[in-house]
Amino acid sequence: MDLTEALQEQVSTSCRRGTSLRIVGGGSKAFYGRAVEGEVLALGEHRGVVAYQPSELVVTVRGGTPLAELEQVLAAEGQMLGFEPPHFCPATVGGAVAAGLSGPRRPFAGAVRDFVLGVRLLTGRGEVLSFGGQVMKNVAGFDLARVLAGSLGTLGVILEVSLKVLPKPPLEVTLRRRLPPQQALGAMAELMGRDLPLSGLAYDEPFLYLRLSGLPEVIEETAADLGAEYLPDNRFWLDLREQRLAFFTAGEESLWRLAWPPAAPNPDLPGRWLLDWGGAQRWLRTTAEPDAIFQAAAQAGGHATWFRGHGPADPVFQPLPPQLFKLHKALKEAFDPKRILNPGRMYEDL
Amino acid sequence: MTRRDAMIRRLQAIVPDEAILRRPEELKPYECDGLTAYRRVPWLVVLPEHESQLVRILKLCHDEKVPLVVRGAGTGLSGGALPLEEGLLVSLARFDRILELDPLGRTARVQPGVRNLAISGAARPHGLYYAPDPSSQIACSIGGNVAENAGGIHCLKYGLTVHNVIALRCLTMEGETVILGSAGLDGPGYDLLALVHGSEGLLAVVTEITVRLLPLPGCTRTLLAAFSTVAAAADAVAAVIEAGLIPAAMEMMDRPAIVAVEDYLQAGYPREAAALVICELDGPEAQVEAEAAAARRQFERHGAFRVQVAQDEAERQRFWQGRKSAFPAIGRITPDYYCMDGTIPRHRVAEVLAGIARLADKYGLRVANVFHAGDGNLHPLIMYDAAAGELEKVERLGREILELCVQVGGTITGEHGVGVEKLDSMCRQFGEGELRLFHAVKQAFDPRGLLNPGKAVPTLARCAELGGMHVHQGRLPHPELVRF
Ligand SMILES: Cc1cc2nc3c(=O)[nH]c(=O)nc-3n(C[C@H](O)[C@H](O)[C@@H](O)COP(=O)(O)OP(=O)(O)OC[C@H]3O[C@@H](n4cnc5c(N)ncnc54)[C@H](O)[C@@H]3O)c2cc1C
Ligand SMILES: Cc1cc2nc3c(=O)[nH]c(=O)nc-3n(C[C@H](O)[C@H](O)[C@H](O)COP(=O)(O)OP(=O)(O)OC[C@H]3O[C@@H](n4cnc5c(N)ncnc54)[C@H](O)[C@@H]3O)c2cc1C
Repeated sequence: MDLTEALQEQVSTSCRRGTSLRIVGGGSKAFYGRAVEGEVLALGEHRGVVAYQPSELVVTVRGGTPLAELEQVLAAEGQMLGFEPPHFCPATVGGAVAAGLSGPRRPFAGAVRDFVLGVRLLTGRGEVLSFGGQVMKNVAGFDLARVLAGSLGTLGVILEVSLKVLPKPPLEVTLRRRLPPQQALGAMAELMGRDLPLSGLAYDEPFLYLRLSGLPEVIEETAADLGAEYLPDNRFWLDLREQRLAFFTAGEESLWRLAWPPAAPNPDLPGRWLLDWGGAQRWLRTTAEPDAIFQAAAQAGGHATWFRGHGPADPVFQPLPPQLFKLHKALKEAFDPKRILNPGRMYEDL
Repeated sequence: MTRRDAMIRRLQAIVPDEAILRRPEELKPYECDGLTAYRRVPWLVVLPEHESQLVRILKLCHDEKVPLVVRGAGTGLSGGALPLEEGLLVSLARFDRILELDPLGRTARVQPGVRNLAISGAARPHGLYYAPDPSSQIACSIGGNVAENAGGIHCLKYGLTVHNVIALRCLTMEGETVILGSAGLDGPGYDLLALVHGSEGLLAVVTEITVRLLPLPGCTRTLLAAFSTVAAAADAVAAVIEAGLIPAAMEMMDRPAIVAVEDYLQAGYPREAAALVICELDGPEAQVEAEAAAARRQFERHGAFRVQVAQDEAERQRFWQGRKSAFPAIGRITPDYYCMDGTIPRHRVAEVLAGIARLADKYGLRVANVFHAGDGNLHPLIMYDAAAGELEKVERLGREILELCVQVGGTITGEHGVGVEKLDSMCRQFGEGELRLFHAVKQAFDPRGLLNPGKAVPTLARCAELGGMHVHQGRLPHPELVRF
């Protein structure tokens, strides 16, 4: 159903009154990011596939379309979302793009933003605007479509998004190999430097996990070469993506996500680690102080996110240097001058 | 003392005297980029060597309200580096060092003046390479690639520049340093890294680029398929993709291009073909062999009258030689040519090429097509004679072709950017609201509007004059294009 008009109306009214809105996609948990006070702007009914031509590798969908529904439509044509978004039942496409999170395939296929070709959005002024398009190569105007990816609904409401899609590989298998933690990073770097049909590479002590995708004969040859043990199914990656592994569920410590130079050692912080993305995304369960973690991340040239375990007003995202924050504020001003869209969800003053 | 002399005086306090070009014969080489139809002798050219100098130049210009344009290698094809009336041209040619290459982390940190191809050259000993490969890669700078979000024949599989850069160090017009992205695979906050890509030097000056390197493919196979109609070739291209293959490259040429190339260097292309497709697959050997066989089946099924698989590296090079020489080959048969750049949905290739032929007839001009079929990025080459005063007619034809691209759901530029060349066409693709937001974003980065002003985003007044103000996403009848 196309609810553009009603949504536009609600945003325009809020803009006039200067009252804030909390954009809700699947109506799922607000655990990610900071808490937002505001009237609910519900996207859930604004759903449906608008255009899909498999030979173009592009699909255009409304923001409130459930991810699961989109994935079914694609699967029927042997295609998939390359960034493998994490999704729990009610998650929507708009929410997935706004959250900007990508699954285990990310270092091999690309991130959410890499697949965003175009958006139709509602700005904080209540204008409906389109950026990008439905084609792979497009450099007309500033790339405001990609900027929406990961903006957590603070810049605009995603009414429609055009995503590049990928063919599903003919076969996928999961292998694992026992490895002491000190050797994990070295082993991953070595594998990432070779032309292998990899689509997942993670380390959850005491195992190194590999996912291979491609033609059966190629996978067989590669697997034999790697000398690792086959697992009966690919469930590991789903459990990793949806955070159902014991690493995530056992214990009370906070969960942190660190975007990290893939080959660099872990920082000296207490806690347990799980490495994904060939080392470029690291999960940490820790009781360490947020400041210490943010500082360690900045030192390594990476950044940290307090994923679970924070309070509603805690800093969730890496504090930005003042010059960079100034640009963020100015950009927010351009999209949403009255600060009505998800204010404070990402950073306190944004 | 003139304003210019005063500027020279102040620049002398920042860079050595020989880094300030001011005599006509020194300035002349900078009067245009790769789009030679637009020229303007610069007011002054500065060649800083260190970032600290660049910071001071920016602060000086900011304080004095002097606009400036940054120039990389000057190979841009939309006039993005065209000098300004009373503004500085800052060449980054001296920022040409590879600062760090990390084989384990598979990244390289480089200065903006480094040539695209030099990065792969440095990475090769480690079994790595940098994927985006614009045809200008021997010459163009990586800073210019970021500013234009340059693409190349490998885009379909490996993406554009934006997909292969993980971090940038930039200076704002106020001379402040910001780091965008991170040493991981993403950065905190808004994706300003993506925003700066393709921003055509309007938002920030890029001073360091961290690129992602990929392992060199284990194996490469190249096929050449000849078709007797453009429609069959286009269908075959779609079929390859529908079969689940993502070739590293899929290029197409039409008959005028094929004939020009054959006359030029005898690449062995069948002259009788209406269209040729070059398809390259890369990856692990067994995978590539199987995919090459699958691609071949699709080409044959869709009526290719000849399909050849390159048997060795020499033959592969010969296949590519023709494609890569298409521009000079056309250059040989016409006094001038104008290279357009638009993208369309792949399934409309045949229809759009027919439309281009019709438009060309209308203007009495010849057009040859060589393009990236895999991603629908067209490059119609309009042949003409500037000396005969045909340029204006060519520009009109060019704009009509772009309008056609927009009408079928495509865009006015796939890789060359808007620059000064396509300001009018921007009014066709975007409505008033979009343009206003572009200006607001520009304002967010550069409140005084001093960085490459007048490029990439047209003013609303200009669009109003063209009568394009309320046009949106191609929902446009056909008002006669006027230019003032
Ligand atoms: C490891 C992992 C575990 C996760 N676990 C869970 C979980 O248990 N439950 C869960 O619900 N999610 C979880 N997520 C997040 C979830 O997968 C994604 O955030 C996502 O797809 C949310 O979709 P949603 O529709 O539920 O969005 P919402 O939760 O409704 O919104 C997410 C964010 O996007 C904004 N937003 C939503 N729709 C739009 C739109 N159309 N335009 C602009 N902004 C919009 C919201 O305001 C909010 O800031 C997890 C993510 C990861 C990485
Ligand atoms: C024969 C030929 C073939 C080409 N083939 C392709 C192709 O296949 N694909 C493709 O995408 N392009 C192609 N191009 C176009 C051109 O090479 C690219 O646009 C290239 O990225 C420009 O780089 P440059 O260093 O020459 O930039 P310049 O021309 O010097 O500058 C281009 C723009 O970038 C800005 N800029 C440059 N450096 C910086 C910086 N450090 N910070 C901020 N802004 C900066 C300038 O201000 C200007 O607006 C081709 C050009 C030629 C002549």
